Amino acid sequence: MKRFRGFVVKEFFHIFRDYRTLLILFGLPAIQLLLFGFVITNEIKDARIAILDQSKDEATRRISEKVLSSGYFILDKNLRSYKEIEQVFRLGNVKLVMVLGPDFSKNLDKTGNAKIQIIGDASDPNTASILVNYIQGILSNYLISLNAEKIPMQIVPEVRMMYNAQMKGVYMFVPGLMAMLLMLISALMTSLSITKEKELGTMELLLVSPLKPIQIIVGKVFPYVFLAFVDACIIILLGNTVFGVPVVGSVGLLLAESLLFICMALSLGILISTITSSQQIAMMISLVALMLPTILLSGFIFPVENMPLVLQWFCHIMPPKYFITIIKSIMLQGNGFRYIAFETGMLAGFTLLFIFLSIKKFKIRLA
Amino acid sequence: MRTLFFIIQKEFLQIFRNKGMLPIIFVVPIVQLLILVNAATFEMKNIRISVVDMDLSISSRKLVSKYQGSPFYKVVQTTFSYNEAIDLMHKGKVDVIIRIPNGFERQLVRENLSKVQFIINAINQAMAGLSSGYCTSILIDFNSELLQDWLNPAQMAGLKNIQTDYSYWYNPKLNYKTYMVPGILVLLVTIIGLLLSGMNIVREKEIGTIEQINVTPIRKIQFIAGKLAPFWVIALFELAFGLAIGKLFFDIPLVGNLWLIFLSGGVYLFVILSIGLLISTVTNTQQQSMLVTFFFMVVFILMSGLFTAIESMPGWAQQIDRLNPLMYFIKIMRMVLLKGSTFADISLHFYSLVAFAIVMVSLAIWRYRKVA
Repeated sequence: MKRFRGFVVKEFFHIFRDYRTLLILFGLPAIQLLLFGFVITNEIKDARIAILDQSKDEATRRISEKVLSSGYFILDKNLRSYKEIEQVFRLGNVKLVMVLGPDFSKNLDKTGNAKIQIIGDASDPNTASILVNYIQGILSNYLISLNAEKIPMQIVPEVRMMYNAQMKGVYMFVPGLMAMLLMLISALMTSLSITKEKELGTMELLLVSPLKPIQIIVGKVFPYVFLAFVDACIIILLGNTVFGVPVVGSVGLLLAESLLFICMALSLGILISTITSSQQIAMMISLVALMLPTILLSGFIFPVENMPLVLQWFCHIMPPKYFITIIKSIMLQGNGFRYIAFETGMLAGFTLLFIFLSIKKFKIRLA
Repeated sequence: MRTLFFIIQKEFLQIFRNKGMLPIIFVVPIVQLLILVNAATFEMKNIRISVVDMDLSISSRKLVSKYQGSPFYKVVQTTFSYNEAIDLMHKGKVDVIIRIPNGFERQLVRENLSKVQFIINAINQAMAGLSSGYCTSILIDFNSELLQDWLNPAQMAGLKNIQTDYSYWYNPKLNYKTYMVPGILVLLVTIIGLLLSGMNIVREKEIGTIEQINVTPIRKIQFIAGKLAPFWVIALFELAFGLAIGKLFFDIPLVGNLWLIFLSGGVYLFVILSIGLLISTVTNTQQQSMLVTFFFMVVFILMSGLFTAIESMPGWAQQIDRLNPLMYFIKIMRMVLLKGSTFADISLHFYSLVAFAIVMVSLAIWRYRKVA
């Protein structure tokens, strides 16, 4: 036991003496969270539009005013002809062009049939469809105000946003960020630190020491459990104090689940290190094969339900997906253990599987 | 010149002898392109709804059937108990609850006003915004159909109307993949380039072979050029390969001039690889280098406009973003490939990349020290 303690102390020294790594390990979650909270939003505002007004009368001026005062749009340019549309789109700043038909006011009053054409730059289809939605809303509101009191039988939608009434984007990012960083620190750092000993040849020394292989592995891993756990706490705290992301459910349960996920990622890291011999390969596997799927196939940014069916199956073998579901469930929805039992079971299953595979693969002799 | 040739030859030999790295460099990015492009979609389909229809009148049923008929929705539950629906939402199995109150039709006829409630899971705020938009637009459609059924033509004629057509240029079907392929391709090329170059010199430091190079008469500029060239070729090859896959599997348009893409890509890779080499010269271990690389990569990627629109970032962040090479290259790729922008259209972005390349290459050469 004393030997083991000595070994763990050595590992801690290794980590704490490398101040650059430490700085990044603790700075990274903070900076990323700030980035997500302040900078990255899916919400679109201040989109640049161009207007081609063929009538320039009372009504078209009113409509332009309505559109520009909505807060979603800024006028980039008034166009004079259809030809200019292509030009402004190719330059790339303008996302949407509104064409107001000729004789607008006259048509509106007499025949009730004035024409507007909306052209979106759909090379970015998502932005285009959102902007068209916005402008549709503005126009139909304007129409309703024109016809005020003449429309009978109105159905009013009453929309309630559950769990995130203020529609903050950061709610979505905190769980994903936790999964990503815990995965990075636990899987990547451990796999690197074990392969490093192999690469430098010091693994040989450890293997001939009286420490048992299991003690070596646990000793290697232990400091990272600690670091990852501290990072998880930093994210939750910062999210809560700076951005007001609540922890509705039980904090204890949240921390326990984080610990389980950390164990899962660590056992994955050990598995990677047992099958690779150089840091470069270990890193490439962890980063290229783990990080991108963690970001994209876990429901972090893109919801799993929207993906093609085959990919959804893929998502089911991504441990971060379960973790993200668990965190959302506890933090934002305030659910108890009953709701996340299945996900917890899956994480535990992954952990056991990775440990089992690592033991099978572990060699006490280096080739 | 001969020295340069030898060091390039050495690097190529090292790369192609490493059997573990080869598949990671060449196969993994392609597989990822195929998978991730399919994953990265904001297209809404299969919004799972739970219907709580307390009215069960003709109108309410017609309304519900509107949602059932739409390709965006999947009714997963029909119930009379609001609590049951909420419980399903807690479990994460339903995205939207539509609640039609008792007396919906009666109020509509008598008081000319009726309400429908939509309860939306808003943890993902972007998705919630979209589904709320879809839900209400179906309701508005339903409302105007209802009017046409119940009102006589004279009443209708008094109403003013504006006809609006919508058209989506460059991508009329709103296919999200054509937008993502160029972006994700940049991402993959960047990751591979940055990691390979970022780990390179520091690895020689860690193993100790850098000493052997340092005692040779090779000049700093030759050394950096020799390290850059192989990765530059590999990454550019991957860009070409990825474009071919994008064309074959995802049918991205490739409207613009491909030489323009490779010209900008070549300059862009100088920037990225120099950043990698710079990181490699200032760090001492591969672990450190990897973390620093990862740190910059995440910041660059998140602010690059790949997943979220740059225009919606706050003003100061957009100013900082001018220092983000990824942002320029993703813009160039999308503009040229999807809209056929010409050199004049992208010149500002292109020259920014050139400036970056000059600065970063000089920094990398300056910072490399031939002493241990």
